[in-house]
Amino acid sequence: MASNLVQGAVFTVMVVRAGMLRDPAFDHELADQIQRSPRFFLNAPVVLDLKQVAEFAHQSEFVEAREILRRHTLTLIGVQNAVPAQLEAAAGAGLASFAPNAPQPSRSTPREPTRSATPMPAAAAKTRLVTQPVRSGTQIYARGADLVVTAAVGAGAEIIADGNIHVYGALRGRALAGAGGDVDARIFCSRLEAELVSIAGHYLVSEQLPPEQQGFPVQIALVDERLTVTRN
Amino acid sequence: MAGKVIVLTSGKGGVGKTTSAAAFAGGLALRGHRTVVIDFDVGLRNLDLIMGCERRVVFDFINVINGDAKLNQALIKDKRNDNLFIFPTSQTRDKDALKRDGVGRVLEELKDSFDYIVCDSPAGIEHGALTAMYFADSAIIVTNPEVSSVRDSDRIIGLLASKSRRAEFNLEPVAVHLLLARYSPERVRKGEMLTIEDVKEILSIPLLGVIPESESVLRASNTGTPIVFDEESPAGRAYHDAVARFLGEQREMRFLQPERRSFFRALFGRA
Repeated sequence: MASNLVQGAVFTVMVVRAGMLRDPAFDHELADQIQRSPRFFLNAPVVLDLKQVAEFAHQSEFVEAREILRRHTLTLIGVQNAVPAQLEAAAGAGLASFAPNAPQPSRSTPREPTRSATPMPAAAAKTRLVTQPVRSGTQIYARGADLVVTAAVGAGAEIIADGNIHVYGALRGRALAGAGGDVDARIFCSRLEAELVSIAGHYLVSEQLPPEQQGFPVQIALVDERLTVTRN
Repeated sequence: MAGKVIVLTSGKGGVGKTTSAAAFAGGLALRGHRTVVIDFDVGLRNLDLIMGCERRVVFDFINVINGDAKLNQALIKDKRNDNLFIFPTSQTRDKDALKRDGVGRVLEELKDSFDYIVCDSPAGIEHGALTAMYFADSAIIVTNPEVSSVRDSDRIIGLLASKSRRAEFNLEPVAVHLLLARYSPERVRKGEMLTIEDVKEILSIPLLGVIPESESVLRASNTGTPIVFDEESPAGRAYHDAVARFLGEQREMRFLQPERRSFFRALFGRA
């Protein structure tokens, strides 16, 4: 079916301010940050924020920016807050346009960026919030998102998320985080009584859960392809 | 008059739905409310036995749904209380005979002449149980203090929140209450049964009452007398308390401690 050809998805993308790109201090800090968690940054997509930046009116400048980021293992995929001329040059360099884009060259009250030069993740995917108890036989799937349940999850219920799962109550049913394969997803609960927990396809059934953690607030993570349960 | 529809349901069988439906309807009638109790367990009719009217059944719920009989031909008036009516079901048909439109029509008609319409649901989560719960304004979840019953109740509460008419039409949700039946303080003390706190914590719905396990319930069933008509029985009094709480009264929970058996009662057996 044609409707299957185009699907929406929500991603977390880093945003780098264009003005800082050529600053040696930024270069240093970014390299430092990436060294701390190289896996997270490897081939990570980046959007260049052109807010109140007069430059970047030529295609070659975007190519240069791409090269700089490439050296840091990052991949430039688009721009935001671009004025029309910048947008055109960016498109020439094969970059996508991310909302918002400024219609005017500059805002009326320019403000100094107060944040540090560390690249900031853009708005995260929306979290699915469930405030009622998840009853036996119910299945909840948070597609492309985290799942937060502020009540108990009953035995025989199943909660699934592509991201993390948080249960502020007893987890008695099944919880499957990182259902889309995200090995960094975690499961948090106020009371572990689960029938099954799974992260990115690795699972433990109730019997295999450490008995000394039963009934306690824990988090479950995938470490070296093994599910580990630690007391919160 | 716009009657309220109360369904007694549980998911699991044998927890005391019919006994509780009979007792609850009797309790409402004894307090002066015009009450009818309907058997939704088509093909496994029991309510007539519990109510002691099995020899007076001529027409039934299915006959009325199909238009073969009028409502007042099928309703059986209780011999003990003028406010209480029994609406038996068919023993020869099956649950498919419960057509939703027909059931809705009959319930609407009953709402005109009764304060409370108490529906005794069949076990399971199939068509019969779903039809019984569909039109409910309030639900009383009958649960025993053991894990399988509690889990099935959890499932039923979930269905009430998603499959009822009130859920379908985005009305105020069905008011769900917990009735803990067959509670034995002695066995809870020994750790053989879940405690009230355990059950409340798992199901997280308000507790309407705790009915102690009692031989008088079996005796009442066998003689076709709803247990609320037995003033002596702790279970009967516990049902009266539950009815009072349902109607908004505050009452202390009773019969939660093991019964102290005196030397004489131990000698002569229990009354």
